[in-house]
Amino acid sequence: MTTEYNKPLPRLVNEAVSRPFWDAAKRHELVMPRCLNCSNMFFYPREQCPNCYSDNTEWVPVSGKGRVYSYTVVYQPANRAFQEETPYIFAIVQLNEGPRIPTNLLECEIDGVELEMPVEVVFDDVTDDVTLVKFKPA
Amino acid sequence: MSLKDKHAIVGAATTRFGKVPGVSALAFTVEAAQLALADAGLAKDSVDAVLCKYPPSGFQGLWAHKVSEALGIQPKIAATIDQAGATNIGLVQYAMMAIEAGLIETAVCCYGDNPLSGPPGTYSKPRGPEGAYGMFGAPSGYAMIAQRHMEEFGTTSEQLGHVAVSTRAWASKNPNAHKRDPMTIADHQASRYVAEPLHLLDCCLVSDGGAAVVVTSVERAKDLNKPPVYIMGIGQHHIAWDLPQRPTLTTSGAKISGEMAFNMAGVGPQDVDVCELYDCFTVVPMITLEDYGFCEKGEGGAFVENGTTGPGGSIPMNTSGGLLSESGMAGMQLIVEAVRQLRGEGGERQVDDPEIALVSGQGGIMHSHATMILRN
Ligand SMILES: [Zn+2]
Repeated sequence: MTTEYNKPLPRLVNEAVSRPFWDAAKRHELVMPRCLNCSNMFFYPREQCPNCYSDNTEWVPVSGKGRVYSYTVVYQPANRAFQEETPYIFAIVQLNEGPRIPTNLLECEIDGVELEMPVEVVFDDVTDDVTLVKFKPA
Repeated sequence: MSLKDKHAIVGAATTRFGKVPGVSALAFTVEAAQLALADAGLAKDSVDAVLCKYPPSGFQGLWAHKVSEALGIQPKIAATIDQAGATNIGLVQYAMMAIEAGLIETAVCCYGDNPLSGPPGTYSKPRGPEGAYGMFGAPSGYAMIAQRHMEEFGTTSEQLGHVAVSTRAWASKNPNAHKRDPMTIADHQASRYVAEPLHLLDCCLVSDGGAAVVVTSVERAKDLNKPPVYIMGIGQHHIAWDLPQRPTLTTSGAKISGEMAFNMAGVGPQDVDVCELYDCFTVVPMITLEDYGFCEKGEGGAFVENGTTGPGGSIPMNTSGGLLSESGMAGMQLIVEAVRQLRGEGGERQVDDPEIALVSGQGGIMHSHATMILRN
């Protein structure tokens, strides 16, 4: 557990809405918001379901398995704290349950990524309080 | 009711581009508006609408009001619009609608910013949690679009390079372009990766500067300084806010936006003599050309190869150097260049007697799109 983690932590645009996602990540669980009215599962978290606008939503566990929707190997991050990590893989993963989420790919060569490649979740405890949701080849 | 051929751009101007220390976003905006009004031969008291794109380096509420005040104008409509890089064509569209409704007669649409000399990091702020994963600013997002395009259609980095090289060839003929040094495909390939598959030379510039256009009715346009440039067609389409939410990364709002504009104008891609397509990254005009129907979906890479869009090519594109080489500012300068081409004011880069010009604007990570078709 590092106390020297100097990269940006998740900036929660809406703390109240997003908190359960990050609390679950800390427990090494991946959860997604789902609408109790129309069953739509969606990401990023919001107050209302973007399909039916119901605010009657719940958090449900998902498999943590998905596929690489797209990715980039970042060489020149706009944030200096990430320079030491370069080159690193920033990706969008489409979960088997449907939603797409922004993430990093770990345990993967930078020239070893393919679109639609199967991946599974990895929980990266970057500080005592914050766990990031990342993925690795499945 | 169609808006076709009822309105005209009668004034168009750009300021200096590049690194211009000591000039604020407001000063660039005022300078551009002043030059555009002078170009039209209109006094400021004939302006009854001031429409602005907000400057990304420092969002301020009531920006158009501040600009109006600095211009010494108390307009009937002052509005600050945010559609990112699609805004400038949007401003023209809202001006047309207000003129058509009889609310105003003449609008100045203006934009200026100083992201290079002014506040650093303008384009590098994360919107939300993705910053924790090292996703900042535009290049990573557009890289994922390029990655998908390459995977789905076999597009190559060299094909992206042809966009950059052709655009630079145009810029070398533009004395006001920010970057004019010749560029080869080898230069493009040798430039460092910013976010693979995008090299540095796939990315637009960051530039200080301003640009503005004046829009009025065709009746009012008759007896002004310059021949009117008529607006034949215009459209917009907006597909998402968050990159992962886009239904597809390889088709953009250009498809619906372009259909609207072409349908209104009653012309098609084959009728277009010159294109000014928003090129914040090389993959963007390639996808825009596909979505507009210049070629089939997925064939944009082959389409732009071998100088098709460069000087002497069959589809002159981004004749002033675009965002890639003339100025990285968010698109008003592309409208100005289309006007200049249709007036025959292109100097060394003038296309032979163009009659119809096509302009695009797009913003976010290809989330917003606007299209405009002009004629002389
Ligand atoms: Zn719902």
